[in-house]
Amino acid sequence: MSYIPIKRPKFSLLDRIYVVELVKGLGITMRHLILSLLGKSRSKKDFNGAGIGACMPFPEQRWDAHLPSYYRGAPTLVRGEDGRERCVSCQLCEFICPARAIRVVPGTVDPNSPTPKQEKAPAEFEIDMLRCIYCGMCQEVCPEQAIFLSKEYLITLTDRNQALRHKEQLYQLGGTRKGLINKWNPYK
Amino acid sequence: MECFWTWCCDVLRNPTWFYLLTTVAKLVLVFAVILAFVVLSVWIERRVAGWIQDRPGPNRAGLPLFLLKPFGSKKAQPLSGLLHFFGCPPDGCIARLCRWLRLDREIPTFGLMQPCLDGGKLFLKQEITPSYVRKFYFILAPMLVLGPPLVAAAVVPFASEVSTPFGNISMCVANLNIGLLWVFAVSGLSVYGLTLAGWSSNSKYPFLGGLRATAQLISYEVAMGLSVIPLLMVFGTLNLQDIVHTQATDGWTLLPFWGQGLTLQRWVLWIPMALSFLMFATCIFAEANRTPFDMAECETDLVGGYHTEYSSMKFASFFMGEYAAMVIGSAMVVTLFLGGWSIGFGADEALAAWNEWVAVLCQFVMFLLKLLAFIFFFVWVRWTLPRFRWDQVMKLCWLVFVELAVFNIILTAAILYFVK
Repeated sequence: MSYIPIKRPKFSLLDRIYVVELVKGLGITMRHLILSLLGKSRSKKDFNGAGIGACMPFPEQRWDAHLPSYYRGAPTLVRGEDGRERCVSCQLCEFICPARAIRVVPGTVDPNSPTPKQEKAPAEFEIDMLRCIYCGMCQEVCPEQAIFLSKEYLITLTDRNQALRHKEQLYQLGGTRKGLINKWNPYK
Repeated sequence: MECFWTWCCDVLRNPTWFYLLTTVAKLVLVFAVILAFVVLSVWIERRVAGWIQDRPGPNRAGLPLFLLKPFGSKKAQPLSGLLHFFGCPPDGCIARLCRWLRLDREIPTFGLMQPCLDGGKLFLKQEITPSYVRKFYFILAPMLVLGPPLVAAAVVPFASEVSTPFGNISMCVANLNIGLLWVFAVSGLSVYGLTLAGWSSNSKYPFLGGLRATAQLISYEVAMGLSVIPLLMVFGTLNLQDIVHTQATDGWTLLPFWGQGLTLQRWVLWIPMALSFLMFATCIFAEANRTPFDMAECETDLVGGYHTEYSSMKFASFFMGEYAAMVIGSAMVVTLFLGGWSIGFGADEALAAWNEWVAVLCQFVMFLLKLLAFIFFFVWVRWTLPRFRWDQVMKLCWLVFVELAVFNIILTAAILYFVK
């Protein structure tokens, strides 16, 4: 047999009259209404709610402290603990980006710098926040762990040009990260 | 002044002028109340929807006084400064009212301004008339939806009578002897609006919506007409004002606790009355196109239903028409089953004996309160029940309600004949 007959529940006469079940349903919604008016809604604490219902009144109260560790916000570039630009401008993030939000112009590293073995660093690195879809593929693909998604979620623009984030800005937002990548150490 | 007063009395002594002036006054009052209730019921709908779903609902729209800050107000909350500017004492009546309306807070006025702002938004939206529609009927349809509920409101009594030196005023725009039939006849017209909207849009989903609306409204009209016949057998009149008078003296249809309501016959009659109430209320839900019967605008299978192609104020008039139908439906249920304007327990006669105008005012407020309560019930049911399937809607009408209504009529007749 190519199909499996589903066993439907058999309704009693009381169920089919419908009125009793209707009253039960009305009771459930009324309980929710009263609880939210009293400010005692379920899981209000988890949502950082205040006042009526379980909702968080947004601009007055923020979600920031409750963000999970895996939250994907705006992508940023990071430096190592030695202040080295981690990005080696391999352009993998540029190629993988499904929204084509990233543009990298490769440049060379000064041979007198502490990490001359790195050879390349981005001359320009731009992320268009109007195109970015916060998918996190750039972070996954990066072999140097140079690009990370931050927890910044509130990006309000008054101008299209503000959406274009340049290299300096991205480094400033990203800050520094410790460890992980040590292969460009000149003494190694 | 004296001269003007005597002129006024002369005008009012003429029965034609007296009738004309009082009717116009009542007309304006009823129209204003219905439009205000349309707006209010939108607000109630959205707030109650929010509360039931553990949200606050739209609570931001109001008069945020902190917006005065850029215009030179020094304080963050300039209420006290504003009161001082207009010369109001800081702990006076106006100041307390302002504080009760939360004008000194960040979130003012419980979002009461929301429907007004919604209206403004709809008014300012781009008006699109697609090129493929039948223009005349496309423009006619929203009017036909909004008009009938407002016309049907003419026969709804909102208070009892007062006697003035110039004549009696019955607090009901048109005290027709065929009141109930008038309501059925006029509210039946709104089906034309939905059908024409669906057909003239010349597009498949509105067309299906219009078809559903036609079938549903016509079917439920039958059930609705049959379901109130037991009531008419008990009251013996179609005049809504008389029906409410009877309820005021002899107990409401659903709460017969005083007057003639204490007899055995009325207690036994409560069973068919309750059945009748259940059926009539359900039919009103279906007639007003409200969930669980909003098949005509079922967005899961019909995009937006009959008003898919409408935008801006044309859409707003469909929206308002739906809410006006809801208000009139609630008014009908309240009038027929919950005692209309009567305060109950013999309080009407006592008040009327003391001062007729006070009695009328109290009854009016009572009517509005009952109306509000039933509108709340409408909203409550909407956010509780899921939509029926189309075949279930039709089965409920033709296989359950029509039979049950006929049985109910026979039952009522038997009770009226055998139980004394």
